[in-house]
Amino acid sequence: MSGNIWVVAALCRGRLLDATYEAVALGRELAENLGTKLEVLLLGHELKDVLGTLGIADAVLCVEHAALADPVPEVHAHVVARLAGTRHPQAILVPQTNVTWELGSLVAGELGVPYVNSCTELRMVEQTLEAHTVLYGGKVEAIVRTKHAPSIFGLVSGVRAVEKGYADHAPATERITEVDVQPTSVQLRRYLEPEAGDIDISKEEVLVGVGRGIETRDNLEVSKELADVLGGAICGSRPVIDQGWLPLSRQVGKSGATVKPKLYIAAGISGAPEHVEGMKGSGLIIAINSDPQAPIFQVAHYGIVAKLLDVLPALTEAIRSRSRRGMKQYA
Amino acid sequence: MKIVVLLKMVPDVVEELEIAPDGKSLDTTYLRMILNDSDNHALEEALLLKERHGGKVCLLAPDAPEVDDALFAALAKGADRAVKIAGIDAAEGTRAVVARIVQALSTADLLPADLILTGAQAIDDLDGLVAPLLAQTLRWSHLSVVNQVRFDASTGVTTVTKEFPGGLRAEFEIKLPAVLGIQSAEKPPRYVPVAKVRAAMKSLQIDSTTVPIAAGMPALEIQSMAKPSAAGHAEMLEGLPEAVAGKLCDVLAAHGLL
Repeated sequence: MSGNIWVVAALCRGRLLDATYEAVALGRELAENLGTKLEVLLLGHELKDVLGTLGIADAVLCVEHAALADPVPEVHAHVVARLAGTRHPQAILVPQTNVTWELGSLVAGELGVPYVNSCTELRMVEQTLEAHTVLYGGKVEAIVRTKHAPSIFGLVSGVRAVEKGYADHAPATERITEVDVQPTSVQLRRYLEPEAGDIDISKEEVLVGVGRGIETRDNLEVSKELADVLGGAICGSRPVIDQGWLPLSRQVGKSGATVKPKLYIAAGISGAPEHVEGMKGSGLIIAINSDPQAPIFQVAHYGIVAKLLDVLPALTEAIRSRSRRGMKQYA
Repeated sequence: MKIVVLLKMVPDVVEELEIAPDGKSLDTTYLRMILNDSDNHALEEALLLKERHGGKVCLLAPDAPEVDDALFAALAKGADRAVKIAGIDAAEGTRAVVARIVQALSTADLLPADLILTGAQAIDDLDGLVAPLLAQTLRWSHLSVVNQVRFDASTGVTTVTKEFPGGLRAEFEIKLPAVLGIQSAEKPPRYVPVAKVRAAMKSLQIDSTTVPIAAGMPALEIQSMAKPSAAGHAEMLEGLPEAVAGKLCDVLAAHGLL
């Protein structure tokens, strides 16, 4: 096998998403492993101020065209596929963000090559690229191999430190302006700004995150009481938001906020990769779940296998009584 | 408006998952199958569109354990027709399944249609996502991670809202026919009483279609499957709720959080 490693950058309104740097970090490891070069593929229009942090890569292929200004997946995918057809990279790494969600499958489909979803690790083993992937909401890990070049790999976010893929300088840049643009019947009309919530959960120091395990809207009250005694706020994973039990502004994960509080209590959250990428950077993570196999226990510092409605009120009461005792000591 | 909804059964991850003796697949002995969560949202979005604009909602699903229950429940919610694709092996891979879906759309007489809706993802997607691959094969318009579909009957314009990171959304105008990967419906999927499902089972039927296996699809070689290793596992606190709460207080105090 020969050919370079490509990372397709995930850009949202001209800003590089953190998942890009994670992909660059993994791409760097793989390029070292294979003794080849790492190139970042940057697609857009009038790209400015984003090259200066991609110096971990050997080069940036900066593809600029008016048709690439908006994030229309089929247009971007076709350009990546055509470039791959002439430059022959041996692996194309695509961060699985909402912006680039369709891209990996579309590129693989157009090129007729294999695609591996939800990868966490990539390495060369016995002249074959081997990928570690997560399945079933993070409950199973699979190891797969593909001999085909290029193969396309979708990368789970929240696995690597963003800093490992981040540099304060730009690499060599090649500008590509002659591209084969595919006509599309998908047009961006406008962006809809995030709803302003009553609070900004990304600024809270203590968060009690609730998931499907909370079972009913009424049960949110016990988690709110816990958040109150800790001086924090409650937030939720997708099932709780989809049910309308908490507003969109309280969603943590791929489509919601990325939070890094000092304390994150995951209450009834299974720990699917889409949620974990939004809270993994929290200082102290405590997980409470009735399922001992819940993947959240892989990322939590402390775990409790129990029913939420038993543990949450007990914890609230224990904190209250300690603070009362503390008050007496100082009285 | 004619809408086809693709539904798929997946293992219920609330249950304990076991790896089969071959070390490369799930042990299906005690596996409980449920409808893929985002497919359920795709069904809901289709039913909302039917309520607003009329038309028909047809379901297409690979045959799988317990799929009949899911299809009858969907019919009881308001879908008009259900078709199973017989003889699909889950191990075939997404590309081969998509090729079979394309054939089944014809053999089951589901085309022409205005929209094909399916979940933006499934928890067992290993080698690709159905929605983009299907759109590409059919040469239809496509978007995924969609949480709203609006059709303006007076202008004939369809607008689709896609989720972006950090709570941002984007509105796209999209020409039909289109394949959309639904992340979540505008409303939580509706509840259907068991009695209504039973009534559907008595009065309605599920059609079945058989299509040949697609050859020559790029396949992945699965080396192994395993439960995640214990590396980095949380320190587990055990005991009655009050005792655990006390231990947690100690942890919080040690971290300066009390």
